[in-house]
Amino acid sequence: MQCHVQDLDRLDRRLIDSYQRGLPVCTRPFHTVAERLGTSEAEVIARLERLQSLGVLSRVGPVFDHARAGASLLAAVAVPEAERDVFAELINAAPGVNHNYAREHDYNLWFVMTASDEPELEARLEALEARLGVPILRLPMLEGYHIDLSFPIPWAELERI
Amino acid sequence: MSVSTCRSRMPPNQDDSPRSVQGLDAADRAIVLATQAGLPLVPEPWEAVGREVGMSGEEVLSRMQQMQARGVIRRVAAVPNHYRLGYVANGMTVWNVDDTQVTWLGREVARIEGVSHCYRRPRHLPHWPYNLFAMLHGHSFGEVEHQAEAIRELLGEACRDYRILYSSRILKKTGLRLAGARPSAASAEPERRG
Repeated sequence: MQCHVQDLDRLDRRLIDSYQRGLPVCTRPFHTVAERLGTSEAEVIARLERLQSLGVLSRVGPVFDHARAGASLLAAVAVPEAERDVFAELINAAPGVNHNYAREHDYNLWFVMTASDEPELEARLEALEARLGVPILRLPMLEGYHIDLSFPIPWAELERI
Repeated sequence: MSVSTCRSRMPPNQDDSPRSVQGLDAADRAIVLATQAGLPLVPEPWEAVGREVGMSGEEVLSRMQQMQARGVIRRVAAVPNHYRLGYVANGMTVWNVDDTQVTWLGREVARIEGVSHCYRRPRHLPHWPYNLFAMLHGHSFGEVEHQAEAIRELLGEACRDYRILYSSRILKKTGLRLAGARPSAASAEPERRG
């Protein structure tokens, strides 16, 4: 579901546009943001809370580099389509799983497994594999060419939806 | 963190060095765990995190800055939910690219508009022949297909085969969970963890 972008005013949009690439990491970050935007710290905090509750912001916080903050890999399993949701529940319940997507392919469940280090990662995969009873395709990153999750938000286009 | 459902294997030997290979010590890890679901939205968030993990706010801030300098933290940001902001079509494209050319071609693919992540990953023959992954994001499926076509043209003869795997359903999506979890600070409903 998309948000009603009409409910987001100019200040909301500036907050998102300006700070998706990074907030100041200082004692009072929201105070610094408020000074730059010409508003109050309390207003910035209230806006961020509202944008989170609307689901427009997933969170306000650190974005970790998976490869440097711990061990992780992309994993996939091929399960019968009719039992997909049952398998998905088992995967979601396993420690260390964060993303889990159904995709249109023989490998129809795709998830990211994380752990604090490589041995724990492999132990988690093996434990999950034993529970699922199907082999897990392990697709660790060998080289990363580009990782940028910030996009220009098409405000004007969204207004017409 | 519960591992009660995973009794089938014993954990392997743990790294007994005080720092893991990534250079995070126990205090860093406590901060990661306390912040990965989102910062408390209060005037002094590092003080609040510090109260949770038993450190001063200054210590938390200093460690955050150090982790950022080391690249463990890419940025501290307001993280938008792109789906809710109009990027409704997301395709994971997978490509079977000549191994001798994949590195330079991967760098070129990463420059194409709409590509967020671009990685080389291992093949697992015979079931999985694809070694290059590019995540595409667009406002429509047509836009994603145009982006994929642009990659196809760029790869040319070096590409033997490719697929676009659309996500038919998001079954779980959270930020990075390092090890263990706490209920999301951002959410009124605590996340259930197995």
